[in-house]
Amino acid sequence: MAKKKKKMPGLNTSSTADISFMLLIFFLVTTSMDTDMGLARRLPKPPEPDQEDATMDIKARNILYVRLNAAGQLWIQDEMNFGYADIRELRPRVKEFVKNEQNLSRLPEKHVKNIDLLGQCFVTDKHVVSVQTDRGTPYNIYFQVQNELVAAYNELRNELSKQKFGREYQYLKDEEKLAIRQYYPQNISEAEPKKYGGDK
Amino acid sequence: MPEMNTSSLPDLIFTILFFFMMVTTMREVTLKVKFTIPSGTELEKLEKKSVVSFIYVGPPTDNLRAQMGSSTRIQLNDRYAEPREVMDFVAAERKGMTNQAEQVISIKADQGTQMGYITDIKEVLRKSWALRINYSASRRN
Repeated sequence: MAKKKKKMPGLNTSSTADISFMLLIFFLVTTSMDTDMGLARRLPKPPEPDQEDATMDIKARNILYVRLNAAGQLWIQDEMNFGYADIRELRPRVKEFVKNEQNLSRLPEKHVKNIDLLGQCFVTDKHVVSVQTDRGTPYNIYFQVQNELVAAYNELRNELSKQKFGREYQYLKDEEKLAIRQYYPQNISEAEPKKYGGDK
Repeated sequence: MPEMNTSSLPDLIFTILFFFMMVTTMREVTLKVKFTIPSGTELEKLEKKSVVSFIYVGPPTDNLRAQMGSSTRIQLNDRYAEPREVMDFVAAERKGMTNQAEQVISIKADQGTQMGYITDIKEVLRKSWALRINYSASRRN
């Protein structure tokens, strides 16, 4: 038996730094810091089994059809104009459609609506932008169309919030954002709405 | 010369380690499909990583092409799946979440994917009540 020592020799910890360095490097390699970005959309609720189709009946003037065929060509149709179009035409068309500044009869009808903070407003909240795609449409084209639609709404909302609150939409308070959203609700439909009125 | 005291070095490194463990996320899965996501201007950040699940859509990667062909595939977790399996995937992902109402499904799809695949996935997502979706994209100016 060795004689009991007064002082224990300290554990050599000089390699702990190396070990933790290795852990650090392992985490650096296996994890990613990149923030994912994307276009946020909300899908409609699943159809109820006994749902009436009547709720989908929309006047022709309230619908803007945006169709994409298998070749990726864009077709825009409202009550008066229709035809193939370039994707750059989509944003102004959607803005004009949703805004209906001059209350034209070919664009969506306007209603008086009471919105908190904004008071009585004359809004086109019954409008629908109907996006229809073919199974063969390239995803990229569809995405660009969605991007343009969201951009159109964002621009409208920005214009309104600057005019009413003096700031861009993203800097507004929650209740102000809600008011703007009620003024310009995003009604993008990907189901096929039936139409009545006008030719069948 | 007296040696420098390095006993606090491990603590220092551990602190850096913990910092990185907090701000980064584990790389989710090994990709079996390759894709180039589209680019857009109206993007939003995926804020809460804990409520996000990913669905990958695209052709098989080069080393798997010999066996799997080059037609579009859907990848859930670590394997190829059919559109109808998305429902189970969504339910399984939802189970592990604390705030299930905030569940977001992020679709990472290749630019050239035919919309049929996306429409099928979206239909199943609707049926599974996973209504908040996100088309993954990169920022373009």
